[in-house]
Amino acid sequence: MSNYIGKPLSRVDGVAKVTGKAKYAAEFDAPDLTYGYVVSSTITKGRITHIETSEALSLPGVLSVITHENRPKIAWLDMSYKDQDAPPGSPFRPLRDNKISYSGQPIALVVAETFELARYAASLIRVDYREAPHETNLDTNLHRARKPKSGLASLLKPPPPKPRGNFDEVYAASPAKVEGRYSHSPEHHNPMEMFASTVVYEKDGKLTIYDKTQGAQNSQLYVTQAFNMSFSDVRVISPFVGGAFGSGLRPQYQLFLAVMAARELKRSVRVTLTRQQMFTFGHRPATIQNIALGADSNGKINAIYHDAVGETSQFEDYTEIVPTWSPMIYPAENVTLDYKIVPLDVFTPLDMRAPGGVTGVPAIETAIDEMAYELGIDPLELRLINYSDRNMAEDKPFSSKELRECFRQGAERFGWAKRNPKPGSMRDGHNLIGWGMSTGMWEANQMPARAEAVLTVNGKLRVTSATADIGTGTYTIMTQIAADTLGMPMEDVLFKLGDSDMPLAPIEGGSWTAATVGSAVKVVCEELGRKLFKLAQKIPGSPLAKAKWDDVEFVDKHIRLKQNPAAAVSLQQAVDQNGGAAVWQKSTSLPAMMKQKNYSRAAHSAVFVEVMVDEDLGTIRVTRAVSAIAGGKILNPKTARSQIIGGMVWGISKALEEESVMDHTIGRFMNHSLAEYHVPVNADIHDLDVIFVEEHDDIVNPLGVKGLGEIGIVGMPAAIANAVFHATGKRIRELPITLDKIL
Amino acid sequence: MNSFSYSRPDDVNAAVGEISEQTQAKFIAGGTNLLDLMKENVEHPQHLVDINHLPLGFIDELPEGGLRLGALVTNADTAYHELVQKNYPLLSMAILAGASPQLRNMATNGGNLFQRTRCYYFYDTATACNKREPGSGCGALTGYNRIHAILGTASSGNTPQCIATHPSDMCVALRALDAVVRVSGPNGDRTIPIADFHRLPGDEPERDNTIEPGELVTAIDLPAEHFNTHYTYLKLRDRASYAFALVSVAVALRLDEGGQIAEARIALGGVAHKPWRNPAAEALLTGKAADTTLFRQVAEQLLDGAQGYGNNTFKIELAKRAIVRALDMAYAGSTQAGDAYKQEDIL
Repeated sequence: MSNYIGKPLSRVDGVAKVTGKAKYAAEFDAPDLTYGYVVSSTITKGRITHIETSEALSLPGVLSVITHENRPKIAWLDMSYKDQDAPPGSPFRPLRDNKISYSGQPIALVVAETFELARYAASLIRVDYREAPHETNLDTNLHRARKPKSGLASLLKPPPPKPRGNFDEVYAASPAKVEGRYSHSPEHHNPMEMFASTVVYEKDGKLTIYDKTQGAQNSQLYVTQAFNMSFSDVRVISPFVGGAFGSGLRPQYQLFLAVMAARELKRSVRVTLTRQQMFTFGHRPATIQNIALGADSNGKINAIYHDAVGETSQFEDYTEIVPTWSPMIYPAENVTLDYKIVPLDVFTPLDMRAPGGVTGVPAIETAIDEMAYELGIDPLELRLINYSDRNMAEDKPFSSKELRECFRQGAERFGWAKRNPKPGSMRDGHNLIGWGMSTGMWEANQMPARAEAVLTVNGKLRVTSATADIGTGTYTIMTQIAADTLGMPMEDVLFKLGDSDMPLAPIEGGSWTAATVGSAVKVVCEELGRKLFKLAQKIPGSPLAKAKWDDVEFVDKHIRLKQNPAAAVSLQQAVDQNGGAAVWQKSTSLPAMMKQKNYSRAAHSAVFVEVMVDEDLGTIRVTRAVSAIAGGKILNPKTARSQIIGGMVWGISKALEEESVMDHTIGRFMNHSLAEYHVPVNADIHDLDVIFVEEHDDIVNPLGVKGLGEIGIVGMPAAIANAVFHATGKRIRELPITLDKIL
Repeated sequence: MNSFSYSRPDDVNAAVGEISEQTQAKFIAGGTNLLDLMKENVEHPQHLVDINHLPLGFIDELPEGGLRLGALVTNADTAYHELVQKNYPLLSMAILAGASPQLRNMATNGGNLFQRTRCYYFYDTATACNKREPGSGCGALTGYNRIHAILGTASSGNTPQCIATHPSDMCVALRALDAVVRVSGPNGDRTIPIADFHRLPGDEPERDNTIEPGELVTAIDLPAEHFNTHYTYLKLRDRASYAFALVSVAVALRLDEGGQIAEARIALGGVAHKPWRNPAAEALLTGKAADTTLFRQVAEQLLDGAQGYGNNTFKIELAKRAIVRALDMAYAGSTQAGDAYKQEDIL
């Protein structure tokens, strides 16, 4: 029965969030808490020759300054620092030695009785360096591009497939050709909540850690390995996360430093990064792509070339799936793809909402728009001509793909049919109006996960899994799934997450949480239901005594016969039969690999955008956008819509505003504050419309969901860039499109 | 942030007396900029004189028709004050184009005059900055200078010492309106025309203005001329709100009965170390009717001598176009309506 799934319900944690009852990592208190403040390197590459801490240490209330010189012994092997999202290479180790590998590297932690004191003391630390020349510019280091090393990460981010057909020959003979170079600047994670860890030092030396993370168990793993502690001595708790979008997939350095200080001082320590320090770890890598498309005169694309070069650090090979999106969307027979990386003196890049997807898709989707103009074919029509029900990167059929319906419904809602293709053909006063569109795509993955369900003696259901809710609505949809599976009202169901003591869940990313943890919640509730059914049958005179599992359903807090609803046993009666104990179940959900492996599984979107560009001043506004999403079963249209809207806003940000600007002379990101690192404000956001297209899929997972975390952003940048072209006749291939590029 | 001592006097003389006795002391009112800079370790005053209890929270009409804005009136209360909205809508518009409602509720008129530059290098103590640390160099000159100055950067040497801009919107309108700053100091009271209040960096980029040690701004006088029919404040920036100006233009026009321009004032923000005016350029408009070619000539003259440093070179052409647009709008009496930044976006 489905009382809740598919309903637009408000968040179960909404009241706690707006009343301040939801606590974040830096808000948990501990007796005698101390405060750590991170000192960051001012150079980009070289060695620390001297670090003078005496003035800081002389201040009353300053407890310790930990540097590479006096730090306690830490694990030696690289392997000990590998978290679940670590790319191949040698993970960064804070305070390892005197070597500086990037600007802003943490080089000391000051611990004091108050935060203000620690911050002041940090300003008194004097550091001498011996500088070495650095390289931070991707553009001028393209000649150093090389293939990435492979490792565990390659399983989720495989390199592009081998060439198919003969691109060179077919492209050369194509009547219609386009070629372009596409790039974007690095971007930094700037969720509202800065990274923070509150490490509570328990009497026996055990640690309870409140950490900002997308995987409490990932942080736990990292701490136990790096500090050679046992799992039972480290508990990581993270009930609420104030935005993360991928930044919490890896433990950040404040966790390491806070744990080190707590163990050294045998006191509880909190370390919170500043906004400026949010620019001193992973970021979306600057990427440069080249695309060439060849089509016949009917618009059939026969030849695709797509290469990409992304930046990485000198110590890890971070990779993304970038060129592979082209053949995933377009079924050309002659395809050559290439992906390389350039190690630079920066921190290792980090997954950021739709990593690789919102890099590769906007490039190919801009090139497709260019091809539409080359051919004189409507951009939507061109996409329909090249529509495919197979993913040609893997040569497999899609488990479901309602993109055609996204195109139809999105175009109708937007009014695309009224578009005059001529650039600059629509205006309102000084404003040139442009309409653009794009396809979006993101993979629909499922991971193994575990969950636990308990029906208490007073008939309440508690379900747990160690996943995270970064604001997406995980608490809410899991509560819906559990309530519907056992026929209970949501008020009687409590779903808990974000604790390493809970049953195993993967890091919360890749848009796989609804599918992964949702499936585990469904399975554990079903299996708990079986136990309750058996108990119900044991009740003397049970109307279900002779029933089979398939004969019953869970409705309205009762187990009842489908054929005879009057024959029912309440869940309370069932649990009462358990000898005064709660009924307990722990289950594992595994992806149905045999079923899934013959299919390519993905969510799709069609995005339509209107922009207004001031013809003289170059200012751009996105006045209207419609996203039509094929994302499988929509568990909760309200939280789902919020996810998509959030992605669309970020898409506007990426297309028009967001960039971390490096001063290559000194190798430092310079706009490291929210005054200068621009993300949209309310005045930038106008009419955003979301359509969820019906899509049935029983291959992706038992729930039929595809995940919505990423798909909302993927199609936006190209739709905006294409709309800017339609408005102005200017093809901007470098994101963000700031006004100076239009002048 | 360093430790500091703190006092909160009740009258202007006491405040001036306290600041004069201390070295490295600063006045604090709304604190919207100073606290930020202290947290960033850019400013480290040893003593703060909190002036919020001084009787400077007035807005008074002046006998000859002007308006006196007390130094402690908040930017929000000023922008929404009935007389400011009616008589000096250009000022109201400029204030509301800046910051956010929360900041405008805290920031004061006096404090706005003392806003320090938003130069990335000034704010980042890991980098070279002649304004923050005289003699250390200018990181922006060879670095990332998108938001930097294109006018008035000359020094006695071959290369500028500082290419920072003044970040205020309010001060651009004040410059167009020929406001006068009233100060009290150890040697008594004096007035400083707004044109002379802020200064160009020259060889002393650490000095933003011409105020003397110990002096306190008590009020800002607006002259009787209102410019409340043909004016505009056009602000161009990297997003629609809550961003500092790449270029802003305050235009105030007085038209004669025949619709010709009797007087024109054009002040630019985001282009120099102080709000920028050029009387010779303004004079080109006197006695003329609206004419795009003429407006472009005026813009060319205003940007005469402009120099780009790489990332900010686009500002030269942007400023010219913005001047033409702003003159168009002001002349038409349409303020910013119909433009990419509509009034409701700013409010």
